[in-house]
Amino acid sequence: MKDLPEVERYELAEDPLYNFTFDRRQFLKAFSTGIALLVPMSHLLAQEQEEGFSRELPQEIGAWIHIEQDGSVVVYTGKVEFGQNIRTSLAQAVADELHVPVSTIRLVMGDTELTPFDMGTFGSRTTPTMAPQLRKAAAAARQMLIALAAQQWQVSPETVRIVDARFVNHDRSKSMTLADVAKGQKLVKTILPDVKTTPVDQWTLAGKSTPKVDGREFVTGRHKYTSDMRRDGMLYGAVVRPPKLNMTYEGRNAFVHIPGGHVVEDGNFLGVAAEEPQSATAGAKSIPARWKTNSDPQPDNATLFDYFRKNAREGRGRPVGSVADGFAAADKTLEQTYTVAYIAHAPLEPRAAIAEWSNDKLTVWTGTQRPFGVRSELAEALHIPANRIRVIVPDTGSGYGGKHSGECAVEAARLAMATKKPVKVVWTREEEFTWAYFRPAGVIDVKAGVKNDGKLTAWEFHNYNSGSSGIQVKYDIPNQNIQFHNTKSPLRQGSYRGLAATANHFAREVHMDELAALVKLDPVVFRLKNIKDERLRAVLEAATTRFDWHRKPASSAHGFGVACGFEKGGYIATCAEVSVDQRTGKVKLERIVEAFECGAIVNPLHLENQVEGAIVQAIGGALFESIQFANGSILNPRFKSYRLPRFSDVPPIEVVLVNRKDLPSAGAGETPIVGLAPAVSNAIFAATGKRLRSLPLAPIGLKT
Amino acid sequence: MGNVTALTVNGKKLTVDANPQTSLLSVLRNDLDLTGTKYGCGEGQCGACTVLIDGQQTRSCVTPVGKVASKQITTIEGLEKHGQLHPVQEAFLRADALQCGYCTPGMIMSSVALLNKNSRPTREEIVRHMDRNVCRCGTYLRIIAAIQMASGQTGGAE
Repeated sequence: MKDLPEVERYELAEDPLYNFTFDRRQFLKAFSTGIALLVPMSHLLAQEQEEGFSRELPQEIGAWIHIEQDGSVVVYTGKVEFGQNIRTSLAQAVADELHVPVSTIRLVMGDTELTPFDMGTFGSRTTPTMAPQLRKAAAAARQMLIALAAQQWQVSPETVRIVDARFVNHDRSKSMTLADVAKGQKLVKTILPDVKTTPVDQWTLAGKSTPKVDGREFVTGRHKYTSDMRRDGMLYGAVVRPPKLNMTYEGRNAFVHIPGGHVVEDGNFLGVAAEEPQSATAGAKSIPARWKTNSDPQPDNATLFDYFRKNAREGRGRPVGSVADGFAAADKTLEQTYTVAYIAHAPLEPRAAIAEWSNDKLTVWTGTQRPFGVRSELAEALHIPANRIRVIVPDTGSGYGGKHSGECAVEAARLAMATKKPVKVVWTREEEFTWAYFRPAGVIDVKAGVKNDGKLTAWEFHNYNSGSSGIQVKYDIPNQNIQFHNTKSPLRQGSYRGLAATANHFAREVHMDELAALVKLDPVVFRLKNIKDERLRAVLEAATTRFDWHRKPASSAHGFGVACGFEKGGYIATCAEVSVDQRTGKVKLERIVEAFECGAIVNPLHLENQVEGAIVQAIGGALFESIQFANGSILNPRFKSYRLPRFSDVPPIEVVLVNRKDLPSAGAGETPIVGLAPAVSNAIFAATGKRLRSLPLAPIGLKT
Repeated sequence: MGNVTALTVNGKKLTVDANPQTSLLSVLRNDLDLTGTKYGCGEGQCGACTVLIDGQQTRSCVTPVGKVASKQITTIEGLEKHGQLHPVQEAFLRADALQCGYCTPGMIMSSVALLNKNSRPTREEIVRHMDRNVCRCGTYLRIIAAIQMASGQTGGAE
């Protein structure tokens, strides 16, 4: 496993959306006391580092953990809660080390002023990296507090323990609380690199099903998402959008008066802020803006894959063995092309931000997976040092990789800067579909060589555009040439739950099914013949056993399909049963079984919920989700025209959790999404003899 | 038609001053600060904005406030009574029927509406009734389980 999270290129190469040219003098007069603002950005970055914005993890306990006067334990992490339930799992980890109940833990998350720097909440990194980090901090805190307690009692530290949030001495004749010892003081001590944390087999709170720590806030509607918050004197903002993606603002044909509102124009930005949300929206619509077209005609859905190939660059993957030799040694070869469409994250809470200037500081509340990244975006866009910006992320209405960017935060901040009042911007559903970014589309060519006995001899794999996550094979193949090719994307694209692992597993696992058919082997038997990795074998066997793979389908309209793989430290195998109505072509999922292994399980309840959720989200991309676009327009930017998985799409799902207490815990938010699409495609083949190689597989059912 | 000046929400008469064409969702959220009811799509497709009007589930984002001025409006904030959660809220917690929680108020209101008219719905009836509510996190099976628990058809604990 890699130490660094895999960051796909689009997360780094994105140009800023706006280039503001506001009058800095005026801005200085209004908001600033100093001249420090007028220094070049490069200087500011240096300054940023000097001022303690280090990207190194802080070594001090107090940066991570604080014991309040009332004995509650505050934990600081730059990670954010988007529904993946890390507020619960991280609390379990700290509670476990500190020997306190989960209910005494309160997490402060994603606040650039209070929490240590964090790259962002993506790549399934919270469980494998943040949980161990917090465990270390908590273990160091426990040792430090025990030493202080022992000092207070004048006994040896070895005789003092923490039991249920209280210190006790050897015979429990003495006891006191954490607060009695910590006294509300900052825990000033370095976390030693060799601090020992609790081994998995001694976990008492982690490893057990634990309900969402603040679940009650959500079922009562009390939790305030960014879009629910308000500030005194707050205005509502709306941005005037170009009619097409490849257009930008040029100027206005007339000035309009917006009651209770301000029009803010700066470079290519045009927005309105008003006291009433309706006036902001109506005002934005009423401005007669002129737009200019920035690019040549763009491809549409029909020409997209040719466009990818035409603009492709050389891959940089390192071949293994010689595919030429491998194909020469094969009895049979098979070459096929697979495609995946652009799809939208469609988080139910659209992008939202509130920006407020106070003295010369900017505070922005926004639902982003990268609070520190958005702080940098704001600093760059507004030409102010990052130490004057605070980004706070309230627990957010989901993201699935779709909220890495800070467009909405920048818009709210620019409007707040102009109006000198707090401004809230909440994107409409149509804005979210049009002006955010998509999961990359892609075209994948696969060629494989196989012996008649089912042993793979060669594997050639070229992915254009969709990405390199999950591109490596876990099958035992002596000769491989696997390449990811960068190319141009007509649509803005970025991270998505599982990144390209869905596309790469789809191509690979459907190809494996085709190869199995070619050598007349059962798809599971064929896979097992080519698997040496025991963890992959274990999940494949767990899933197929639960599914009862070798039984006969209920009728000729039913088919079974299987897929397996590995990504981000987790192993997955998915079995699907589908039925196809031969008259209408309607594809129905009948049953899904998925086995997942991600090392030692932290919270079985939430893990199962995550796996189920990933499977349900995968149903959309597998069967019907697809962004339709032409001439610089998104043609289906609404829930009426972009079909999401609903209750009636979901079959019974059985999750088989394989618990490996001997292995470190891996993240679980992403990998369970990758197996469904190929398993369903393979099941449709089993039911109908039709091989489907493009996602979505059956947006309007199967053509008969 | 003049402005709407009063609404009955969760049993209380509240003063407002709203253009009758304004959506009920906007008045609840922006004028009354009842933000448990969510915006999801603005076209009645996702159910995040679901409230009860005289006990019937209603999409508040496509309901002009003028149409409900004389009706009983119930929002998610009105379900908890004297610190006691509604059985459907309890069941959502017991079934872990949420992840990010953004769809949850709408899901709960739709579930309450279903159970009000059909105290023991079958699985098919639950799916048919709930099909217009979207949970992007994909907790549908748990929501079905929660509704079954709340209707007393299953015991609960996982």
